[in-house]
Amino acid sequence: MIADSRLHTLREIALTLRQDVITMLLTAGSGHSAGPLGMADVFATLYFHVANVYPENPQHPERDRIVLSNAHIAPILYAALARRGFFPVSELATLRKLDTRLQGHSTPTHGLPGIETSGGPLGQGTSQAVGMAVALRMKQSHSRVYCMTGDGELNEGQCWEAFMLAYKLRLSNLTFCIDRNHIQIDGPTEVVMPLEPLADKLRAFGLAVCECNGHDIPEIISTFERAKENADRPTAIIFHTIPGKGVSFMESDFHWHGIPPNAEQAQRALSELRTLQNQITSEHA
Amino acid sequence: MPKYLHIHSDFFASPKKSPIRVGFGTGIVEAGSYDEKVVIACCDLTESTKTDAFARKFPLRFFEIGVAEQNAVGFAAGMAAEGMIPFVTSYAVFCPGRAWDQVRVSVCYSRMNVKIVGSHAGLSVGPDGATHQALEDIATMRVLPHMTVIVPADAGEAHRATIALAQHQGPAYLRLAREATDMIMDESTPFEIGRAIVLREGSDFTLVATGAMVGNALRVAQELDRLGIDSTVVNMHTIKPLDREILQKYAKRGVPLMTIEEHQIYGGLGGAVAEYLSCFYPLPMEIAGVNDSFGESGTPQELWDRYGLGIDTLTQRARALLSRR
Repeated sequence: MIADSRLHTLREIALTLRQDVITMLLTAGSGHSAGPLGMADVFATLYFHVANVYPENPQHPERDRIVLSNAHIAPILYAALARRGFFPVSELATLRKLDTRLQGHSTPTHGLPGIETSGGPLGQGTSQAVGMAVALRMKQSHSRVYCMTGDGELNEGQCWEAFMLAYKLRLSNLTFCIDRNHIQIDGPTEVVMPLEPLADKLRAFGLAVCECNGHDIPEIISTFERAKENADRPTAIIFHTIPGKGVSFMESDFHWHGIPPNAEQAQRALSELRTLQNQITSEHA
Repeated sequence: MPKYLHIHSDFFASPKKSPIRVGFGTGIVEAGSYDEKVVIACCDLTESTKTDAFARKFPLRFFEIGVAEQNAVGFAAGMAAEGMIPFVTSYAVFCPGRAWDQVRVSVCYSRMNVKIVGSHAGLSVGPDGATHQALEDIATMRVLPHMTVIVPADAGEAHRATIALAQHQGPAYLRLAREATDMIMDESTPFEIGRAIVLREGSDFTLVATGAMVGNALRVAQELDRLGIDSTVVNMHTIKPLDREILQKYAKRGVPLMTIEEHQIYGGLGGAVAEYLSCFYPLPMEIAGVNDSFGESGTPQELWDRYGLGIDTLTQRARALLSRR
């Protein structure tokens, strides 16, 4: 069981990351709103509780590898890395601007610490993660690989090729983290390209499947722990999330998939998030 | 200076033949012996891409990915991120053909140390027909930033190139061919990425060829010699980075130049040479290759003849170019 104080801290961090995302997108003037907000609780839990990361030595050989395949949600990754101490929080303001290390889609090419691979064109991270997991096993490393993917991303055949390979190689050190938020650019996932029955499909491809409320931090923690116990195969965690979570007028509206807030919307969003943060603080006090 | 350099003594009389891909097969075993980080991601084409010996010798470093080239390239990028030296092997039409985006983003953008090995490139695939004859792969690979593009001329050079690529840091494409073609160079011929090899020195004309067409270029030079035209033959085994130094050296002589390749005339060796020469040393030039069309079924020799890469047609084109001056 996680201590109350720890849980409180993680919830606060998640709300801080959400505020960072809003501020970053407003400053950048472009980017994706819904996905980063929806995955804030998972990223907060992963970077501040579950994964072994070494901000002072980002290339530490024993670090867990976190691969962002749905790299359009890079703002939440950047916020988590900055708050975790990989680079100054002030650098978040450079998102998507000329000379930034925080490219529109995450890449190690511009020297940002904590980024493992390049992503953007969907599906690519799933295969990269499989290659990393095999190489780590060859090196007899105990590091784990966490591959973050979207649900719309699963339209890409490459993801399913990667799942087949991960199962063939019995990569128990690999966890696919699927953001099941039911939206993609053109609309609801089940309208654009139906994925259901998703859990059954993943199981049929050989993966161990866990389903998890992606906004319930104790459940997120216990699900990540369960994934580590699958000793003979990779795990897919389906994180059921609400896109735009924490900002009432963005929640579950697919139009917010690929756009940033304007100044007025950002003010409202930040105000709502601050209210949530005050509630948490007073609950804990 | 001898007229011919590095040429097998029996090349003109009775050349030994071996498929270029065979040289990759022996080279990768040797590279794998030197360095245990060398691994293979195979796309269900073990025998025909000649990775079977490696698979037997290093079973734990041989990964059968199945018919899934995009996955194989991404997988290789992940392995490279962890310090491995992966070679992805398939037919060139499939990989890089079907995995260009993965090569672009997962490999080149991140400068991952992945080697793409595309076999069965060119018309010389023969009877399988147009779907299996890669004629666009040099163009699609050389346009990518950070990519190195190598096209060996014979099996021996493929062997040496494979070892060189395993020791080279960065993305690379190695283009191979199916058919048994002439062994051109002797085994002591050096191989250095980016450094073309002069196989014949002549003062009237320059032939620049790549892959199996290097053998054809030598025979064209022999035909031209009978007509009193003394040609230089350059084996441009590295398309990128292009050996500008050697092009400059021969272009400065001001004699016409013809490139020969088993590839579309757009974007391949001829394109690369023309891009450089037209800016810095413009001279009369011909680009011999497949002229904006698909191939078809037939024997390699029939196809070379049909698509303008036979010795007679190439010789005629060279003479026409020389008379254009």
